[in-house]
Amino acid sequence: MIKSKSLILRTATRFLLPLQLLFSLFLLLRGHNEPGGGFIAGLVAAGAIALYLIAFNVDETRELIRFSPHDLFGVGLFLACIAGIPPLLMGHPYFTALWWRPEFPFFGEVSLSTPLLFDVGVYLTVIGAVLAIVLALAEAED
Amino acid sequence: MLLAVLSGFLLALIAPWIYQQAGDKAGWILAVLPACLAVYFATFLPDVIAGELIVEHYAWVPSLDVDLTMTLDGLSLLFALLISVIGTFIVIYGSGYLHGDRNIARFYVFLLAFMASMLGLVLSDNLISLFVFWELTSITSFMLIGYYHENDKYRKCAHQSMMVTVGGGLAMFAGLILLAMIADSYSLMAILEMSPSEIAGHDLYVPMLVLILAGCFTKSAQVPFHFWLPNAMAGPTPVSAFLHSATMVKAGIYLLARLQPGLGGTEIWMTVLPVVGAVTMFTGMYLALRSKGYKQVLAYSTIMALGVLTMLVGIGTEAAMIAFVVFLLAHAMYKATLFMVAGIVDHETGTKDLTVLRGLKSKMPVTFFCAILAALSLGGFAPLFGFLGKELMFEAVLDAQYLSALLVALAMGTAMMGVAVALILGLRPFWGELSDTPKDPHEAPLSMLLGPVVLASLSLLTFLALEWVDAGLIQAAVPAVWGPEFDFYLARWHGINMPLIMSAISIAIGIGIYWKWDAVRGLMNRLEWLYERGPEWVYNKSMYGGLPWVANRQTRIIQNGYLRNYLVTILMTMVILVGYTFFSRYDEPLSLALDVEFYHVLLALVLLGAAVFASVTQSRLGAVASAGVVGFSVALVYILFSAPDLAITQVLVETLTVILLVLVLFRLPEFVSFSSRGARIRDIIVALLVGGLVTVLLLATGQEQFYDEAISAAHIEGSVALAHGRNVVNVILVDYRTLDTLGEIFVLALAAMGVYAMVKFRAKDDEL
Repeated sequence: MIKSKSLILRTATRFLLPLQLLFSLFLLLRGHNEPGGGFIAGLVAAGAIALYLIAFNVDETRELIRFSPHDLFGVGLFLACIAGIPPLLMGHPYFTALWWRPEFPFFGEVSLSTPLLFDVGVYLTVIGAVLAIVLALAEAED
Repeated sequence: MLLAVLSGFLLALIAPWIYQQAGDKAGWILAVLPACLAVYFATFLPDVIAGELIVEHYAWVPSLDVDLTMTLDGLSLLFALLISVIGTFIVIYGSGYLHGDRNIARFYVFLLAFMASMLGLVLSDNLISLFVFWELTSITSFMLIGYYHENDKYRKCAHQSMMVTVGGGLAMFAGLILLAMIADSYSLMAILEMSPSEIAGHDLYVPMLVLILAGCFTKSAQVPFHFWLPNAMAGPTPVSAFLHSATMVKAGIYLLARLQPGLGGTEIWMTVLPVVGAVTMFTGMYLALRSKGYKQVLAYSTIMALGVLTMLVGIGTEAAMIAFVVFLLAHAMYKATLFMVAGIVDHETGTKDLTVLRGLKSKMPVTFFCAILAALSLGGFAPLFGFLGKELMFEAVLDAQYLSALLVALAMGTAMMGVAVALILGLRPFWGELSDTPKDPHEAPLSMLLGPVVLASLSLLTFLALEWVDAGLIQAAVPAVWGPEFDFYLARWHGINMPLIMSAISIAIGIGIYWKWDAVRGLMNRLEWLYERGPEWVYNKSMYGGLPWVANRQTRIIQNGYLRNYLVTILMTMVILVGYTFFSRYDEPLSLALDVEFYHVLLALVLLGAAVFASVTQSRLGAVASAGVVGFSVALVYILFSAPDLAITQVLVETLTVILLVLVLFRLPEFVSFSSRGARIRDIIVALLVGGLVTVLLLATGQEQFYDEAISAAHIEGSVALAHGRNVVNVILVDYRTLDTLGEIFVLALAAMGVYAMVKFRAKDDEL
């Protein structure tokens, strides 16, 4: 593995990582109306963590993400699959989009939907799959 | 009725739990379900006899014309009753036979699921759901035959039965689809309402028939596919008893009989089926006479019965169909009995060798009673139900429209050997001096005797109370396979006629064969070399010799491990198939009048330059970097044509690709060997062909208006109104075409697992 000795990279990464992850969430949530969406957001998040991997090392990266990447894409696939079930229960075909707009204090009206749940599933699957590959390759260096 | 079918599957699910709670009593408890089903089906008898067709509709996949409609007519009812009645006794018998076996819970699970699949098969109206149940019987029977899975030989037997029946099942699947194309419906009711000449006159009739027969013949163990059936005895005896008497092998027979009013009556049907059936019955009986294991003899005699039934369906006259129903009923009763007897004898004496077993009648009087009744029914002796079956079979054969002489000769030979086999099974092990056996014989427990006693008595009672059986079952079942205009009733005594004389002769000669059994077997064994070169030899040769050979060869050629060769194969396949289709169907002139700005040209030049550099550079890093340039230029193209989502994705993917390549590149040595001159020329040609084809395709799609209105317009219009999103790309991904996206993320996850496995579990260097 490339052992980055660069203090600048490490310090910058510490600050960049939260911003990148926030940005990825932003992309995820706005995706339905503006450029973005689960796939792009997942790539951004995975890229952010890959940067962390280059700046630090595999063990620290695993500590950072806490979950095994395999679990991440497992959960992602699961969420994507169950996003089609609520419409099924209401007698619509699988994956018919359902929308729900509850009022929250401070936030006002919030749009929740089964496509959003599905997109979150895509997001987690992309992060998990990319990280699984990257980490596997990085570990194989030794 | 659907519930009746599904209840078996449901009970199968909780059977292990019931076994945990009830222990040895579980068999008796579980048998309550098939018993209830039998009563349930019996309540339909009055309606069905009155000629009513009971139909219950259940939608399954309406958009594909697949439903779970259940129909109950005489034929279905006959089968449903056989399955549930014999199933009841088999479950009870199994609890005694497998007493103390640690896997017995699994036996209950598969047996109940098997029974439910079989019920679904005989009740289904829809061809697709029929096929689903058909395959379910193959799978569950595979699990049952392979019950003693620790034994390699038994595993092979189970494997063989599945390969043969599922292989035939696939052919049948194609045949059923052709049938649905001919009839323009997947519903059996609709198909059988068509006039037979309309079906037979169709261009697809012959291929359809061949495919369906392949399925029925393999499932019902007709020559030359008969070899799997004796091997299927690898399973526990209750499984064989069930498999041979009422289920599995009878599935093919059921389908033939079911289709006979629609597909039958043609010359091909009336010659192929009787000949295959007659050869099967003769071969089956011949092999039975030659064997000496109790179960083995029984298995071959089942092949005989299946041959008879196929032959009768093929002859297809009124008399033949009556004989079919009677023979079916008779066979189910005596075969289940005899198999259970075989299990008892094996269980209590420790051997099933018929040359050793003698004189058990004093030790096992009840078993003897069952065995002799059932065996006499098998041999066609009066006053047992099998007698009627044999008489009617002779009558049908004598009246056959085609090849009557051949059929009569084979039937006569079969009947003679049948008499001998019946005596070998029913009399020989029980009569004479008590012989030494590995275990000290004694009578079996109640759970194992219940089934044989009831079913053997039925063989007798059905003959004695023939008027009731006739009015109750036969009159209900025959119209289903023959047609409503049916005017016939069964009688015990028809006077002295040709069938009776044939019967008498066969009995006389049969007793003679029995007397000289050892000598006859010795004579038969002279042909040993022939048996070893039979269909099973062909099967084994192709399964364990030919198939691995072909697999090896094709792996070495097609999957040779070189990515570049894979790419050439994939790309050239695309070029040939797509290119051929395109140039043979598309004859519009392609116009190159495109709206080109100078920065388009600039970008194209950068792209081209980077691509060329990537392919000629001698450094890996250079190749990676220039491939990156290609990627980012493509992202620019997306931006120029205002597709921000694509552009963002492209940039991100490029970035990640570089990271991945960096991780990999470190591990690779310098380029050392370069492609040969020939390979390079090949690659250039392939690249030019692919590039050219894609260019032409793009030009063509650009100038062609495929639909009156572009799809994109509808997508954009519905985006906000229907899907509440302004980003139509994302709306397509997560709303319009969600299922596609789901498939894609599954592929992504699978790819990740593939990479993980490749990196983590690669062979150690010293293993290479």
